[in-house]
Amino acid sequence: MARNSVGREIPETFAGKKLIPYSDPWSLQPHAERSTRAIRRLTHNGSKLVGGLRDAIIASGLKDGMTISTHHSLRNGDYLLNELVKEIDALGIRDIKIASSSVHIVHAELIPYIRKGVITAFECGVNGPIGELVSKGELDCPIIVRSHGGRARSLITGEVPVDVAFLAAPYCDEYGNFNGFYGPSACGSLGYALVDAQHAHKVVAVTDNLVPFPAVPVGIPQTVVDFVCQVPRLGDPKKIVSSTTKVTTDPIGLQIAKYAAMVIESSGYMKTGFSFQTGTGGISLAVAEHVRNMMRKGNIKGSFGCGGITGYFVDMLEEGLFEALFDVQCFDLKAVESIGRNQKHVEMTAGTYANPFNCGSVVDRLDCAILSATEIDVNFNVNVNTESMGYLLHNTGGHCDVAAGAKVSIVVAPSIRGRLPIVRDEVTTITTPGETVGVIVTERGIAVNDNLPDLKAELIKRGAPVKDIRQLRDEIYSVTGIPKPVEFEDKIVALIEYRDGSIIDVVRQVKP
Amino acid sequence: MADFKLRRSLLYVPGNMPSMLQNIPLFQCDAVQIDLEDAVPLSEKDAARILVRRFLDNYKVRNKEILVRINGLDTKWALDDLKTVLPAKPDGIRLPKADTPEVVEHLDTLLTEYEEELGLRVGHFKILPSIETAEGVLNAPKTARASDRLIGLAFGAEDYTATMEINRTKTGEELFNARMNVLWGAKAAGIQAIDSIFADVNDMEALRKETELIKKLGFTGKCMINPRQIDIIHEVFAPKQEEVDYALEVMDAIKRAREMGTGVISLKGKMIDRPVVVRAARVLNTARAHGMVDIVINEEDINGTE
Repeated sequence: MARNSVGREIPETFAGKKLIPYSDPWSLQPHAERSTRAIRRLTHNGSKLVGGLRDAIIASGLKDGMTISTHHSLRNGDYLLNELVKEIDALGIRDIKIASSSVHIVHAELIPYIRKGVITAFECGVNGPIGELVSKGELDCPIIVRSHGGRARSLITGEVPVDVAFLAAPYCDEYGNFNGFYGPSACGSLGYALVDAQHAHKVVAVTDNLVPFPAVPVGIPQTVVDFVCQVPRLGDPKKIVSSTTKVTTDPIGLQIAKYAAMVIESSGYMKTGFSFQTGTGGISLAVAEHVRNMMRKGNIKGSFGCGGITGYFVDMLEEGLFEALFDVQCFDLKAVESIGRNQKHVEMTAGTYANPFNCGSVVDRLDCAILSATEIDVNFNVNVNTESMGYLLHNTGGHCDVAAGAKVSIVVAPSIRGRLPIVRDEVTTITTPGETVGVIVTERGIAVNDNLPDLKAELIKRGAPVKDIRQLRDEIYSVTGIPKPVEFEDKIVALIEYRDGSIIDVVRQVKP
Repeated sequence: MADFKLRRSLLYVPGNMPSMLQNIPLFQCDAVQIDLEDAVPLSEKDAARILVRRFLDNYKVRNKEILVRINGLDTKWALDDLKTVLPAKPDGIRLPKADTPEVVEHLDTLLTEYEEELGLRVGHFKILPSIETAEGVLNAPKTARASDRLIGLAFGAEDYTATMEINRTKTGEELFNARMNVLWGAKAAGIQAIDSIFADVNDMEALRKETELIKKLGFTGKCMINPRQIDIIHEVFAPKQEEVDYALEVMDAIKRAREMGTGVISLKGKMIDRPVVVRAARVLNTARAHGMVDIVINEEDINGTE
């Protein structure tokens, strides 16, 4: 065991891998080539069409012990991963590792296959019941949680070799050109899949919408696709929307949004060229509304909006408030519809978005970004992975990538949820290190990291309720009391990997 | 003496909702009115008043005026409400159904008794009576003078329209006469006039229009039922920059006048005397609350020294 720089005990190895303890957000340098894969030559006039999913698995050469991936652009509406694992089981293949871009609640259907030994590890974070059962010790299946940028890195460096990528292809031709813009399962940007398409050893395009050649615009090209197979349905795009798409009406949420807007206004970046990221959810959208009003009022033309893209961002683009949107995934159907017709709404790979190991990713160009939090500690460390019971319930998403990249990362959260204090002495799990978090905004006040002294001074000058984070914690504790810490076993069930591949924290099994 | 306490926005908070009570310190309204009356179901009257007491006991650093709306003095709960809540020292009582001056006088007597018992200065607890029936409107001028504790008259349009057997509209023509009687009563007695709530929390434009109307008529503030309404009300009550600039000139002019030993002076050809100064002082105090100026106006600035 070694103690990393944020005070967490990190084992030397996990699931057979040697681990690097986290030290800081910037210094780790890669010493490797980009991952390679075998060059292939398709037989002259050869067909890539292989029939159904089972035929595709056979054709791909998938064997015991290999690693597969899918993308999560259909989010909770994805049918493919569940169907795929059923077929893998039916073929008697075992000991498969899943390295998808994310796993959602809908994939709780995989649980019996984990018990059965079909799936034996996750090289990606998970949302929902799988993580909970693993945390309780009821499922034995190591999980390595990665951010969007970190996952792209792990495929690009070859740390995670994906043997076969099964990529949902909503608009696809028989030669394997496809995009996510059209068709009954249109999901918009294929930002995650673009990485798999370049780096997986075999690539299968799975479609429910085979169109005559050529499927244009080409998102993922025929040159990287080995096989094309057909399924009745890839998923339900209506379930892409994971949280609300309406501005909150909750007065506390609105107050948080108002304070977050004050932070943006005081940051000095709200001027021509402003760039911005915000997520879904009522508070984030309420902040977006303030941003829109500020931009309108100041006649400000921003450079780009980025991240998961919502209809709200689409409206701002169409109003001319931004030059472009960089879209790694569409968060609602309005965004899906927009990316298929507006050239300023740009599909962006997860690597371009957030991989720390390249010549600069888009997050590095962000001025202000709004992020959420499950817990925040007095050192500004943020947890988005585990909840109050200590269970691993959420994937990291782009959280630590965006925090590291944006000039001002703004974490918004209510100070109290249920009866639990959100700003506290220590977080259960560190997802994002405090040194990359600029500002914490709660309805009780704004805490500014010492590394942004000018912003703090400006906020105070403008009469914003700036408080020391410890004062904020004490105020919240005075209402909630200090919760008893969750008790854990020694057994480590999951790793929280930082975007550079070092280990920032571990998740231990919760004591019953 | 003019009362310069800002009461632009008075937020009702249900007394039986812990999650809402705990947020009282966070909102930027000028006052809250913790409700033990209409918002609280009959089965929760006891629990609510204990909860409110506990909340107030723990709310030590108060950052806004705290009124408690008790149940009507003609109900069986009112005395228990006062007994439980007053030891936690709210700033005052919002008195429902203040139909006659006698109702206010009755509360005044009760409050004096509690002040003596609690060792507080007589007059500590303020009263904001609700004028919310036809009878209340007719008696408003007398009610406004019923007690020195009165900080204003508050018009209650929802109950008023019910007693009038009419519907309340968003444009509010039906309220005009009642509003004016409340205003005249309050202004004649030198106290504030507070307007009714606006019930549709999703119609911000109509709220803005109504607030603009009541400000124009002379109301100094407005009640509300949702914190989302605070910003609009404050925006409407915010003085315009030219009003602020003019008020600063007035204060400067009267200062010069007093240095010359007079209480009247001409500013750009207009006479500046006490009523103009009082109005300017009010503008500047409001402007200060909006962060537009940084000066504090006191009695001496308005009246001069003897």
